[in-house]
Amino acid sequence: MEKEVKQTKGKIAGIIANLVTVEVDGPVSQNEICYIKHAGIDLMAEVIKVFEKKVFIQVFESTRGLKIGQEVEFSGGMLEVTLGPGILSRNYDGLQHDLDRMEGVFLKRGDYTDALDYEKTWDFTPLANIGDTVIAGDWLGEVTENVIPHKIMVPFSFSGKFTIKKLAAAGSYKVLDEIAILADSKGTEYKVTMTQKWPVKIPVKTYVNKPRPYKLLETGVRTIDTLNPIVEGGTGFIPGPFGSGKTVMQQAISKQAEADIVIVAACGERANEVVEIFTEFPELEDPRTGRKLMERTTIIANTSNMPVAAREASVYTAMTIAEYYRTMGLKVLLLADSTSRWAQALREMSNRMEELPGPDAFPMDLPAIISNFYSRAGFVHLNNGATGSITFIGTVSPAGGNLKEPVTESTKKAARCFYALSQQRADSKRYPAIDPIDSYSKYLEYPELQEYLKTNISENWIDQVLRAKNFLLRGKEASEQINILGDDGVPVDYHLRFWRGEVIDFVVLQQDAFDEIDKRTSLERQKFLLETVLEICDIDFRFESFDEVNPYFKRIINTLKQMNYSEYKSEKFNSFYNELQTIIGERK
Amino acid sequence: METKAFQKIYTKIIQITKATCSLRATGVGYEELAMVNGRLAQVVKIIGDVVTLQVFGGTEGIPTNAEVVFMGKPPVLKVSDDLAGRFFNAFGNPIDGGPEVEGEEREIGGPSVNPVRRKQPSELIATGIAGIDMNNTLVTGQKIPFFADPDQPFNQVMAMVAMRAKADKIILGGMGLTNDDYLFYKNVFENAGALERIISFVNTTENPPVERLLVPDMALTAAEYFAVDKKQSVLVLLTDMTLYADALSIVSNRMDQIPSKDSMPGSLYSDLAKIYEKAVQFPDGGSITIIAVTTLSGGDITHAIPDNTGYITEGQLFLRKDSDIGKVIVDPFRSLSRLKQLVIGKKTRKDHPQVMNTAIRLFADAAQAKTKLENGFDLTDYDERTLKFGKEYSDKLLAIDVNIDIDMMLDTAWSLFAKYFSKAEVAIRSEFMDLYWKGE
Ligand SMILES: Nc1ncnc2c1ncn2[C@@H]1O[C@H](COP(=O)(O)OP(=O)(O)OP(=O)(O)O)[C@@H](O)[C@H]1O
Ligand SMILES: [Mg+2]
Repeated sequence: MEKEVKQTKGKIAGIIANLVTVEVDGPVSQNEICYIKHAGIDLMAEVIKVFEKKVFIQVFESTRGLKIGQEVEFSGGMLEVTLGPGILSRNYDGLQHDLDRMEGVFLKRGDYTDALDYEKTWDFTPLANIGDTVIAGDWLGEVTENVIPHKIMVPFSFSGKFTIKKLAAAGSYKVLDEIAILADSKGTEYKVTMTQKWPVKIPVKTYVNKPRPYKLLETGVRTIDTLNPIVEGGTGFIPGPFGSGKTVMQQAISKQAEADIVIVAACGERANEVVEIFTEFPELEDPRTGRKLMERTTIIANTSNMPVAAREASVYTAMTIAEYYRTMGLKVLLLADSTSRWAQALREMSNRMEELPGPDAFPMDLPAIISNFYSRAGFVHLNNGATGSITFIGTVSPAGGNLKEPVTESTKKAARCFYALSQQRADSKRYPAIDPIDSYSKYLEYPELQEYLKTNISENWIDQVLRAKNFLLRGKEASEQINILGDDGVPVDYHLRFWRGEVIDFVVLQQDAFDEIDKRTSLERQKFLLETVLEICDIDFRFESFDEVNPYFKRIINTLKQMNYSEYKSEKFNSFYNELQTIIGERK
Repeated sequence: METKAFQKIYTKIIQITKATCSLRATGVGYEELAMVNGRLAQVVKIIGDVVTLQVFGGTEGIPTNAEVVFMGKPPVLKVSDDLAGRFFNAFGNPIDGGPEVEGEEREIGGPSVNPVRRKQPSELIATGIAGIDMNNTLVTGQKIPFFADPDQPFNQVMAMVAMRAKADKIILGGMGLTNDDYLFYKNVFENAGALERIISFVNTTENPPVERLLVPDMALTAAEYFAVDKKQSVLVLLTDMTLYADALSIVSNRMDQIPSKDSMPGSLYSDLAKIYEKAVQFPDGGSITIIAVTTLSGGDITHAIPDNTGYITEGQLFLRKDSDIGKVIVDPFRSLSRLKQLVIGKKTRKDHPQVMNTAIRLFADAAQAKTKLENGFDLTDYDERTLKFGKEYSDKLLAIDVNIDIDMMLDTAWSLFAKYFSKAEVAIRSEFMDLYWKGE
C-alpha cells in the first residue's frame, strides 16, 4: 500500500554535534528518516523539526567530518522496525540492526545490518482458510520460532476488511515468500509475506479492547510478588540512586518472570551489563520450557557510548517488537534500563534546538511523552478472543538520587507500580533495596487482582499482605522512637515491635539475587514463608528486659534465613524449620 | 604541526569568546582541527559558512586578524610500541625531551566497541588492600573512580594500586595535575622500575584548562592500541575527572548552551560515558581497565559530576579518615564494586561473599552503636562488642596500609567474628560456619 512520490533531497546547512540542519527541495514529514551521503556511506537521521525550507534532523551516528553542502536523501517513511520470525535471540542496536552481523571489533558508522535472516526457511502451518474475512492483526498461520508459536498476521498497516484469496499450504518458506493474497472491499489484491514493517512511534492497536489487568505476573522476587505485585499487562518503574540495585532487580525479573517473551532495552547504560545478559541468557535454563532463556529473549542495546539519538529510538523499537508479539496472544515482558537516559537524550536535542526548556531543562512535553509510552503496555483482548499482554517495567535514574525531578515525577503519574530503591537500604546492604513503606502497587487495590489472589493463593492472602505491611510500618515507628528515647527509654514492647518488622525485612524482603536458591521464590513458597513469619509476629513473646529481644530475634532471623538458603521442603529446610519451632517454643 | 603550502589561510575572525572563536570558512569538516595563530583548535559548530572553533589553549590575546588554518582531520595520535615509557602533553607531543613517536595515525575519540564483541570481565585484580580486594574487588575491564575530597591521598592509593596490579601497560591521563603530583607519579613509576610499562598524557595546572578535554581520548586511544592490536592488559588512570568536567562546562557555557544541574552541560552523562565505556575485556585477552579520580566538594555526591559518574562507572571507591584509628580507610558503606560478584566466591574462596557482607553489616551495627553513644544513650552488651569489632575491623582490614592476600583477609575476618560474636549473631550459611568458624 505505497504511493509513488518523488524523493525529496536536501543539503547540509549547519552542524552542531548530532543536530544537523538541511535545506530541502521538496516535502518532508515530521519524524521522516533520511540519509546523509558521506564518503560512500549513508548516515541515518530523523527529522525532528521543520521550519520553512529548513529541516532539523538528529543524526543517529557521529557527525565527525560532515561538511556543509553534503547531500541528504529523504526516505519518505518514518523510523520502522521489521517484524517477522527470527527476532528472538537477536541482539539489536537501537535501530534494530543486528549487532552480531556487524563486522569488526568497533562499531562502524553506517553499518546497517538486516534485522531478519532472509535466507532461513520456516515451517509454516496455515491457521485461516481461503475465503475468510480478516482484519489487521488476524492470524493467517504459524511458524515455530525457537519454542514460541509465532503467528503470521495480517499486516498492522492494513485498514478495513479483507478476504483471503490465497493462502500458502503447510510447508517451508522464507520470510519474504508470499504467504497470502488478501483482497479489500474493492477487490484490490495485496500480497502478504511473513514480514511487515511498522513505524515505531505509532502504537499498534490491532486489538478489541484493553481491559483492566487482573492476573498476577510471578517474578520470584518476594518484595514484589508478596508485597507489591505486578500483573500481566501492568506497568511499573524502579527509581533509585546509582548503585541501589535497579539493574540487578530488572535482570532478576527478566530471568524469572512467568513471561513468554522478554524484551530487554538497554537504554544508555553500561555495555558490560548487556554483556552479562549475552553471556548468561544462552546458558540459563527457562524453568518452564527447559530451553535456554535466550530463545525467548530479544535484546535492544543502545549502551551509553552508542549514538545518543538512537537512544530514544531504542525504547520505541523495543516497545513495537513487544506489541508485535502481544498480538500473537503472548505474554510479553518489556524492560527498559534506564528511561532517564532516554529523557536525557530528548533534553540534549531540545537544548540544541534552543527550545523553551521545562523543569531541569527537560523538554516541556516530557510528561506527555512518558505517559504515551507507558500507555502502550497493557493486557488486550484480540480479535479472535485470545489475550496477550505487555508488562512494562522501566528504571529511572534520578539526578542526585532525588525523586523530586521531572522524569521520576512524570513516570509516577504513568506507571502503576512504584518500586522505590532507597539509598539507605542499599548502603546497609539490605538487598533488594526496595523501600517497603514508600513503594506501592496500585494493582493490589484492584478487585480483579484481589479476586485472583484469593482464588490462586488463599482466601485471606490480601489480609495477610496488609498485616505484613502494617508490621513493617509499626516496626519503623518503633525504631524511630527507640532512636529518640534510647533502648531503655521505651517499653520492651517497642523492641518487640521493632524486631517483628526486622523479621519481615530480613526474611521476606531481603533476598540474595546471587544465591542459587534464594534468588527465586515460588508463589507457594512465598505463601508458606509469609504465613510462617506472620505466625511469629503474632506471638506475644515474653521478655523481661529489652536486651533479651535482640539476641532472641537474631536467632529466629538466622534460622529463617538458613531456610531461605535451602531447597524448599528439603531435609535441611525441614530441620531448620524444626529448629525454628524449638526457638519459638522457648518463649511462648 | 606544520602547515602545508596549499592550505588556505583565513585572517578574519568575526567573534571571540573565552574558549571559542568564529570565522567564515567553507569546506570545513565537523570536529576538524585548525590552528589559530599557532594554537590548536577544533570545529564545534558550523552554521552555513560560519565556523566556530574551540581553542584549546584559550583565546587570550587572539586578534581578529589571527591566521586560521584548517588541518583537514580530527585530532590524532600516532600509535606504536614506541609510546611505552614516554611522557606527552594533551596534544600527544612529547614533554620528556625525547623524539616524536612514529607510527600509525589514529583518530582519537573513535567509535565504541560492538557490545557483542566484548567478553564478560572475570579476571580479578589483586591490590593487597582489603578494603578493595575483600569488599570491593576489582576486575579487569572495569571502570571505577575514587570519590575523594581533594585533601585525601587518592593519588597515592591509585599509584599503589597501579603498581600492584599486574597490567602490561599503565597509562596515566593527568588533568589539572599539580606539578608536585605529576612529579610524584613520575617518581613512583621510576622507583618501581616500571617506566617502560608506563605512558603518560599530562595536562598540569600550568596548562590551559580546555586542553584537558583531549587527555582522556589520547590516553584511551593509546590504550586501545595496546589492548586491541597487542592483546595486552592495560590499566588507565584518569585523574582528576572533576577538572575534566569543569573544562566541559567552560566550553558549553561559552557556546550558549542551556546548562543543566550545577552549570554542567546537559550532555555530561554522554560525555563522561564515552570515556568510561572504553573500559573493556576482549575475548582474546586484551583489556582496558579504568581507575579514575573524581574529587568531591565537601563530600557531596549529589553534585552533577559525581552523580553522573556514579551512574556510568561500575562502582566507586570512597576514602575516609577513620578518627577512631587515625588512618584512612576504604569506606565499606559508600564504596561499591559492581563487578565483584563476577569473581568473589568464584575466583576466591566460596565464603568470600558472605564474609564480606557479614563484616559490613556488623560494622554498620558498630556505626549505629557509635551514634547511640554520641547521643548519650546506654549501650547494650552487643553494642559494646560491635564497637570493639568495628575498631579492629577498621584497623586490620579497612585501612589503606593493609597489604595481605585475600585468603588472609577472610581468615582475619573470621577470627574477628569469633572474637566478638556468637554464631547466631554472625548468621553465615551453616556450611561455611562448619568450615571456618574460629570459635567453639
Ligand atoms: N538483590 C541484590 N542482592 C545482592 N546484591 C545486590 C542486589 N541488588 C543490588 N546488589 C548490589 O548492588 C550493586 C549495584 O546494583 P545495580 O547495578 O543494580 O545498581 P543500579 O541501581 O542499576 O545502579 P546504576 O543506576 O548506576 O545503574 C550490584 O552490583 C550488587 O553488588
Ligand atoms: Mg543500573
